Amino acid sequence: MRFLARRLGFYLLTAWAAVTLNFLIPRLMPGDPVELLVARMKDNVDPAAIEAMRRAFGLSDAGLWQQYLDYLGNLAHGELGRSITFFPTEVSSVIAGSLPWTVGLVGVATVISYLIGTSLGVLMAWKRGTWLDGVLPAATFMHAVPYFWVALALVFVFGVTLQWFPVSRAYGLDVTAGLTGEFAGSVLYHAVLPGVTIVVASMADRILGMRNVMVTTLGEDYVVMAEAKGLTSRRVMWAYAARNAILPNITSFALSLGFVVGGSVLTEIVFSYPGIGSMLLKGVENEDFPLMQGIFLVISLAVLVANFLADLAYLILDPRTKQ
Amino acid sequence: MKIKAGVAILAFFTLMAIAGPLLIGADPAATSNDGLQGPSSAHWLGTTQTGQDILVQIVYGARVSMGVGVLSAVIATLLAVAVGLVGGYFGGAIDETFSVLTNIFLVLPSLPLIIVLAGYLPQRGVASVAVVIAVTGWAWGARVLRAQTLSVRRRDFVEAARASGERPLRIIFFEILPVLLPVIATSFLATVVGAILAEAGLSFLGLADLSTVSWGSMLYFAQNGQALLIGAWWWFIPPGLCIALIGTGLALVNFGIDEIANPRLRTIKVRKARA
Repeated sequence: MRFLARRLGFYLLTAWAAVTLNFLIPRLMPGDPVELLVARMKDNVDPAAIEAMRRAFGLSDAGLWQQYLDYLGNLAHGELGRSITFFPTEVSSVIAGSLPWTVGLVGVATVISYLIGTSLGVLMAWKRGTWLDGVLPAATFMHAVPYFWVALALVFVFGVTLQWFPVSRAYGLDVTAGLTGEFAGSVLYHAVLPGVTIVVASMADRILGMRNVMVTTLGEDYVVMAEAKGLTSRRVMWAYAARNAILPNITSFALSLGFVVGGSVLTEIVFSYPGIGSMLLKGVENEDFPLMQGIFLVISLAVLVANFLADLAYLILDPRTKQ
Repeated sequence: MKIKAGVAILAFFTLMAIAGPLLIGADPAATSNDGLQGPSSAHWLGTTQTGQDILVQIVYGARVSMGVGVLSAVIATLLAVAVGLVGGYFGGAIDETFSVLTNIFLVLPSLPLIIVLAGYLPQRGVASVAVVIAVTGWAWGARVLRAQTLSVRRRDFVEAARASGERPLRIIFFEILPVLLPVIATSFLATVVGAILAEAGLSFLGLADLSTVSWGSMLYFAQNGQALLIGAWWWFIPPGLCIALIGTGLALVNFGIDEIANPRLRTIKVRKARA
């Protein structure tokens, strides 16, 4: 359990760092953007909005330390301030409305990409020297392709040219949101292209990473021993080689999560998907600083939680960490 | 073989960025009346909505995209060298602090952070965008360099330098640093690609300097000019392809090096030994 406690401590520290970074960024950037924004808005926005924004930043005449404590206090109550774009909606409710879409889309796509990519990597290592090696150059190319470019290409081919799938929004205009089969179908239908984008763009890393570790593992003595014992090749491949090769793979997967989330932000924007990435862009375009910062905080915390889940998976797969 | 192919790709794009604009000489922003033309002998890669030549834009865009990539990778690598080598050499509390800092920046999602930072920038010039990308992109290199420093610092020549009374900073930067140059070089190249991707993403969102032509800003204008709906594939395919090719070139170099270190990774025809 020491492993878990140490990781948990690190995530708490990182969460604190993200929160503090969020507090410091507007204060460190040149030209005090909040003051500028407040000055610019004075004429056409009601004073309540300005007051709300000052509160969201913990901006007051108090000293920096006091501001920091106020900010932490607000945060502890889930208070992220009010959005300027959607005034007077709270930032927290804007996020609550868009977060489920992102978690659903990115979560499912990441799991699919991990499963397919890792299995392909295992197979490619096992069947080295066969036609499967042909996947390697393709994976090498896909590994550096920008997510949003994949999205554009898919929109062009399957959305505009073939017209097989819708290219924007999360569900059709003609269905009402609710727990109906029709709504669920529409949501799935609209999620196909953005989902495929994330799967395709993030899969190459998994394939290449798993293949390389697996190839190295296949040379280990215990694999040779397992073969010598006459075990079936399926058992040797999955239970002996892949089981051990997957450990470093999980670590690199956890570290790549931040990158996947960044790519998903861009993907959402291409598809006007109503998730947190599209909201982030709206926030930046409208200089809606409270919304921007709230979203950065939520994304960071989500990535930390995902990392923690990856650690749990590691713990289950590697008995040595349980000591 | 892989390394040669990778170096060739990287050299091609570097040459294009440096010499291309001089050879072409045209203005990438110049508009003409031939709007939205497909590839032809007059415009090899076609034209944009306002009749700008895509090939000219690609060549000039290479300069900005790769320039931002290299500039920000230089800054990030300097940071990574400082944090990784100093932490790895001294160990103890300094190392603990630097490691935690590195791991924090490694875990935090960099693109959202870059977007937020760019959102605060009063003006988004090439240099400030490069700095913002560098600030979020140094951690991976620092982690790799720290691990390497740990293995080097106990070697005989370092012990000898210490015994002869050299100052720690001199040992770090004049004894250890030269040994780590190959590692620094590969991590630098990887950072360049990461920075090019980040710049492209930022420009695509319209959050970088849109008055200069870069591959990302080309994609931004293609998206906003409804290139997809009009069917102008020649407008958005080339910039993304260039970015992906540079990434491929770098990956080939890295994989080639891996294969030299670990011959098992090679894709030679192996006789099927397993039944």
